[in-house]
Amino acid sequence: MIAVDVVEPSWYLVLGAALFAIGSGGLLVRRNPLVMFMCVELMLNAVTLTFVTFSRMLDDVGGQAAVVFVLVVAAAEVVVGLAIIVALLRKRPGATADSAALLEG
Amino acid sequence: MVELIVFVIAGGACLAGAVGVVASKNPVHSALSLVGTLFGIGVLFIAEDANFLAAVQVIVYAGAIVVLFLFVIMLLGVDEADDLRVEPLVGQRTAAGFIGLAILALPVLAMASTGFEATGVLGERDPEVPDIEQLGELLFTRYLYAFEITSLLLVIAVVGAVLLARRQGRRADEVVDAGQEERETELAERLEAGGDERSAEAVRPRGPREEVGS
Repeated sequence: MIAVDVVEPSWYLVLGAALFAIGSGGLLVRRNPLVMFMCVELMLNAVTLTFVTFSRMLDDVGGQAAVVFVLVVAAAEVVVGLAIIVALLRKRPGATADSAALLEG
Repeated sequence: MVELIVFVIAGGACLAGAVGVVASKNPVHSALSLVGTLFGIGVLFIAEDANFLAAVQVIVYAGAIVVLFLFVIMLLGVDEADDLRVEPLVGQRTAAGFIGLAILALPVLAMASTGFEATGVLGERDPEVPDIEQLGELLFTRYLYAFEITSLLLVIAVVGAVLLARRQGRRADEVVDAGQEERETELAERLEAGGDERSAEAVRPRGPREEVGS
């Protein structure tokens, strides 16, 4: 066991990559539209963690400004996405992502 | 040393929550696991001197967005457990696992190629000035137009959500059969339950007129 008592910034990047990988794997595996949406949120958060880490590594607040925009876009995306899911599930309870074609027309 | 402990605990909460989101059968449990991940990321933000973003993360994400998810789950009553044992497409999970691992490997390899150091130009962040002050100044000077456009985006999103989720007014020619939707759902359930077309046929064609006769 290697004794470590310093957190390298790259650990945060690896954690962000792991979160992104879990989120993308879940997005591919799950069929419930709500859970797929939560996986998208996971991926967005992995990216914000990476932004903040680079902001610290490079001593630049611009990374944090990018995170603010990601937050706003995520909020807008959640609102519209959940509205679509509500419309879908109202048409057919228990709908999976395959049923999205129901909304056509 | 303190940062290490914080990183291990918060990072562990993040990863456990992420696995919980993907692996939970019940969407409510997924949403609650999501809170764990979002909160862990908020703690990591504090560890990385992004105090304002940590507060925003907890308020907007762990507060508003997850509550929105839970509202939708509860309002629509879709909180029954999914059956995760069946794999709808053969080999889908294996393929998804490989793709996930590839997505993990790609950035890690890219980082390893630079020796896990950031390449680029150092910014001009002043460690004496609090991060919220610098962030505010940046948002209202260099990123002012982008900031204004986000407000437009939010308005569009709200209008779009109202338009999409509003109950559609039925037109006169659509009001044919109140029971039709119910029977269609029943048909779909039978088909999904593994019944073949023929056993589903028994439910399908009852029109409104036949019901009156019987």
